[in-house]
Amino acid sequence: MVIYGIALLGICTLIGLFAGQLLGSWFGIDANVGGIGIAMLLLMYFSNTSNAHFKIGDMSEKGITFWSMIYIPIVVAMAAKQNVIGAIDGGLMALLAGIFAVSVSFIFIPIISNFEKNK
Amino acid sequence: MNSFEDILITNNLITAFVFVGLTVYFAYFISEKLTNGRFHGSAVAIILGLIFAYFAGTLTGGEKGVADIAILSGVGILGGSMLRDFAIVATAYGANFSDLKSSGKAGIFSLFFGVILSFSLGAIVAIAFGYDDPKDITTIGAGTVTFVVGPVSGSAIGASSEVIALSIAAGLVKSILVMTMTPLFAKRIGLDNPKSAMVFGGLMGTNSGVAAGLAAVDPKLVPYGAMTATFYTAVGCLLVPSVLFLLIDLMF
Repeated sequence: MVIYGIALLGICTLIGLFAGQLLGSWFGIDANVGGIGIAMLLLMYFSNTSNAHFKIGDMSEKGITFWSMIYIPIVVAMAAKQNVIGAIDGGLMALLAGIFAVSVSFIFIPIISNFEKNK
Repeated sequence: MNSFEDILITNNLITAFVFVGLTVYFAYFISEKLTNGRFHGSAVAIILGLIFAYFAGTLTGGEKGVADIAILSGVGILGGSMLRDFAIVATAYGANFSDLKSSGKAGIFSLFFGVILSFSLGAIVAIAFGYDDPKDITTIGAGTVTFVVGPVSGSAIGASSEVIALSIAAGLVKSILVMTMTPLFAKRIGLDNPKSAMVFGGLMGTNSGVAAGLAAVDPKLVPYGAMTATFYTAVGCLLVPSVLFLLIDLMF
């Protein structure tokens, strides 16, 4: 059933976010520490396990893949609710700090990605 | 208020589906007819979304883009963190454990390196603009990490609210630049495999920027980038008000 997939996805997400919050409070910081990452690992675990007791059926799978496919429209909605004015009105310094950080970080992506390959 | 508007408002999430659907359709039309498919439809859709958010912002004076317009309030739910996180987790379905493991080290390295790099660059810009109070420099650097780390660190070390506002603006600029620039530079920076996606997530860190940037490049890469990005804000909140603030404090 489709709902089984959605429910499994929900369980992973909720457990992950809760674990992230716990980790955050242990570190004493007001942020979710890797909740999404933990949730993703959980889901990957379930999607790679299949035995006599547990197997994600074809229909259940559709409940998960639907949300994975609806991801881009959600991101478009997310873009449409950004505080773009806030970014532009922040003035020259905010603009330069952002531009500087993004362009230098871009340069480091191939450098770090290739670093281990060459070793 | 006429009754159709009433329906759009009371069913705001459904209105949001229609709005986003039309935006995506229009975006793919532009992508095909105007750029011959060279600029990916989802990248165009994200940029359109940002443009709408800009005009909605000038129109309403609010901070939530089109979601501040009553009939489009559902866009705030659809694009909010709840459904975004749900969908990001869903993208992990079918992702490869061994890819994740083999790029784990590079991912963790990029995470710490990325936070320190963004912080330093933001701090340098702050110094160049004449800031000499270590609290101000740290807060602006923190904002350049992400727009969450800025206010968290700023209030932890007691920076002024103007500087905190500036730090949020710096974080917003970064996030929006990552959204729009990633598809343009993806090829040049080799962003086409799980490993570089993890490094990308670790270096950029802004959740919305990474989510949108990878969506426009290749949705298959989303889980790898999101995996490292999910730790970024936390690493920033840990390092900035402690070690990095002490370092800046020693220097000034």
